[in-house]
Amino acid sequence: MENNDIKISTNSLELFYGDIHALKNINVEIEERKVTALIGPSGCGKSTFLKTLNRMNDLIPSVRITGDVYLDNLNVYKQYDIVELRKRVGMVFQKPNPFPMSVYDNIAYGPRIHGIKAKNKLDEAVEKSLRNAALWDEVKDRLKQNALGLSGGQQQRLCIARVLAVEPEVVLMDEPTSALDPISTLKIEDLIDDLKEKYTIVIVTHNMQQAGRISDKTAFFLHGEVVEFDSTEKIFSMPTDKRTEDYITGRFG
Amino acid sequence: MKIKSQSADKAATIVFYIIAGIVVLLLAVFVGYLLYQGRDRLNLHFIFSAPVFGKEGGGIGPQLFNSLYMVFLSMLITLPIGLSAGIYLAEYAKPSKVTNIIRFCIEALSSLPSIVIGLFGLLIFVNLTGWKYTLMGGALTVSVLNLPVITRISEDALRNVSPSIKEASLALGATHWQTILKVLVPSAIPGLVTGVILTTGRVFGEAAALLYTAGMSSPVLHFSNLNPLSHGSPLNPFRPAETLAVYIWQVNSEGLAPDARKIADGASAILIIAVFLFNIVARIIGRSLNAKFTGKSSRK
Amino acid sequence: MPKPIKKSRKINFYYLKHEFYGKALVTFFGLFLILLTLLLVVFIASKGFSTFTKDHVSPLQFLFSTLWKPDRDLQSGGPVVGALIFIIGSILISVIALIISTPFSIGTAVFMTEISPRLGKKLLQPAIEIFVGIPSVVYGWVGLSVLVPFIHRVFGGLGFSLLAGGIVLAVMIFPTITSVAADALRALPGDYKEASYALGSTRWQTIRKVLVPSALPGILTGVVLGLARAFGEALAVQMVIGNSIRIPGSLLDSTVNLTSIITMDMGNTVNGTVWNNSLWSMALLLLVISFLFIVLIHKIGSKGRVQR
Repeated sequence: MENNDIKISTNSLELFYGDIHALKNINVEIEERKVTALIGPSGCGKSTFLKTLNRMNDLIPSVRITGDVYLDNLNVYKQYDIVELRKRVGMVFQKPNPFPMSVYDNIAYGPRIHGIKAKNKLDEAVEKSLRNAALWDEVKDRLKQNALGLSGGQQQRLCIARVLAVEPEVVLMDEPTSALDPISTLKIEDLIDDLKEKYTIVIVTHNMQQAGRISDKTAFFLHGEVVEFDSTEKIFSMPTDKRTEDYITGRFG
Repeated sequence: MKIKSQSADKAATIVFYIIAGIVVLLLAVFVGYLLYQGRDRLNLHFIFSAPVFGKEGGGIGPQLFNSLYMVFLSMLITLPIGLSAGIYLAEYAKPSKVTNIIRFCIEALSSLPSIVIGLFGLLIFVNLTGWKYTLMGGALTVSVLNLPVITRISEDALRNVSPSIKEASLALGATHWQTILKVLVPSAIPGLVTGVILTTGRVFGEAAALLYTAGMSSPVLHFSNLNPLSHGSPLNPFRPAETLAVYIWQVNSEGLAPDARKIADGASAILIIAVFLFNIVARIIGRSLNAKFTGKSSRK
Repeated sequence: MPKPIKKSRKINFYYLKHEFYGKALVTFFGLFLILLTLLLVVFIASKGFSTFTKDHVSPLQFLFSTLWKPDRDLQSGGPVVGALIFIIGSILISVIALIISTPFSIGTAVFMTEISPRLGKKLLQPAIEIFVGIPSVVYGWVGLSVLVPFIHRVFGGLGFSLLAGGIVLAVMIFPTITSVAADALRALPGDYKEASYALGSTRWQTIRKVLVPSALPGILTGVVLGLARAFGEALAVQMVIGNSIRIPGSLLDSTVNLTSIITMDMGNTVNGTVWNNSLWSMALLLLVISFLFIVLIHKIGSKGRVQR
């Protein structure tokens, strides 16, 4: 355990949302090529925290952030250019949000934005990303069709493929299966398991079984604080904090 | 008491139905009358031939062409400017005094009487430029009339794009501008196209703004001459260009032909048909684009 | 160890290319709208004021005198340009149009939102859109070829009249008032209606006592927008009111208004004469009134918000 590299770490991270103190003194270390799950009740700050890692909160004018977030020991808010940061830290959202264009153009969007123009390189990137997202076999014959014609589960895997095409190091997932049926959910969970060989994954989930199934480490958020952060096994079998135990066992109210 | 209020309710309902009936009937009679009156002019000769001075049997060919050309030119001018201003308002403008002033200007411009805009056009595009009455002057004037409308349509169409798409693009490391250009504008196309076609219909029927900018005459046009720089060419934008709507007005007020009434009837029928076409085309294109953009028609 | 990326020259160029050029372009066109409006106001005003500055016509006389002799020769005292006849004509025609149109508009709006939303969507909405799309010269032409002879036959007189102008304009502003009023009614919270029905009110009582009063600011906005459109309409009115320069004694008298006199005389007068300048002053007046209407709409809007 001790030998694992730390990919992301935070230091006294605080976030204010207008007058609301949404994140309080967050200090966590996220390991490379592991799946880290963030759990907690609605409004506990887990999604907000996730968005500090690729600076998506920058979009909201009333948000104020203090403290530091480090990616590879460099300060995300001070030392990274935002485009470069988001290339390295990709994000998958709660609801599948493909662009209203073809499957191919959806995947090629990222590489194109980042300056790849050659047709063969784009083709390569599209196929590789779709294969990595376990979607290639299903869509290889309809790359030119509108992505919005795919099923919900396929759309979400498309969104994952779209992120992979940018070749990120970290993939953030914000409740990626909450809008999907159980079978699609299972496919995505399998996919996450494959992806962790190459990527550092941080996933927010409402579903505790899911956190138990797929994650290596779990952080429990409550009222904007990290109550407990440990290996998933430990969190789910013998949590140290009473509040974690209450939440895990469903005695939370 | 109960009975009374219920019968009043019934009476009111009947009155509302009558009002709605009158409205629909009025439109039907209005349109039916115009088409009926114009029926014997709805032929190719009338549509394509030129007016004959002082004689019967003239057509509206040059006027119709001028209207179409004017619509085309003014859209060429308005679309890039209006879309840009719409992008600015939807994506970049922060709530501030300047933004409020822009919004006030849009409102002010769009509620100005078109005759006043026409006079502004007369000052700038006719007198100041020294062009005299030209199709280009008319197109620019109509652009002033349209700019606030297209700006508003663009802003609305962009605001109607789901914010999740914008998030996705930004999260992939696209800049705001790349996101606008490559994702937001393409996604806004269904809304944009519908609005733009409907506006086009409006330009087609505009007259007051054109009286003193594009003028009330059209030189003899040689449709074989397609050199835009030559004098008798229909494509030359720097020539007087009376449009169909202006012609209807002029035929009535100046009585240039003995069959002025027939000409006005025919031209009105054609304008009405054009309005219907614009409406229907806007609906069809809007619906099919919408289907395409939501993936509903993407199955082969 | 990755190196810090921020502030490298490459990245700044990247932003210049992929963000700032585009942003600068659209910002320019956003601000261009202000420039255009200013330009328009300045140009119309500079021409419009010349009646007062160059020709020394008193603004009060221009606004409040009915004496219109723009071509009177110098022996008889020179040209006089009192625009009151035209102003009164514009006001009368617009008010008549409003009186005719408003009940129909509100009735249609209520029908579309409360009585039969299905018919409203299938039948009336498209009808209104077509009414909007019909060019004003076509309204004028039908007014001229149908309405004017009709009035002549039924009520006597020339047919060219205040009434004809009012009716044509009423049809033209009907869609404006209706769609704004319908939007206002649709925007009312559903619990207003439920509360009223729960108290045992009939639909008519609910419409009359709850819905229309609560939507009043929105409906008024529609009425003012309609008024503004009526005031500024030129050709359709000019074609049916007869254009005789006098204050009408009755609904059946012919008359003239601001837009008509501008339309007719702008082409027949020499640039720089008092006559021509006074037409520009009328255009300026139209511009000022149109701006005042917007201010009025904002006032109504903010008042409506406070009440809610």
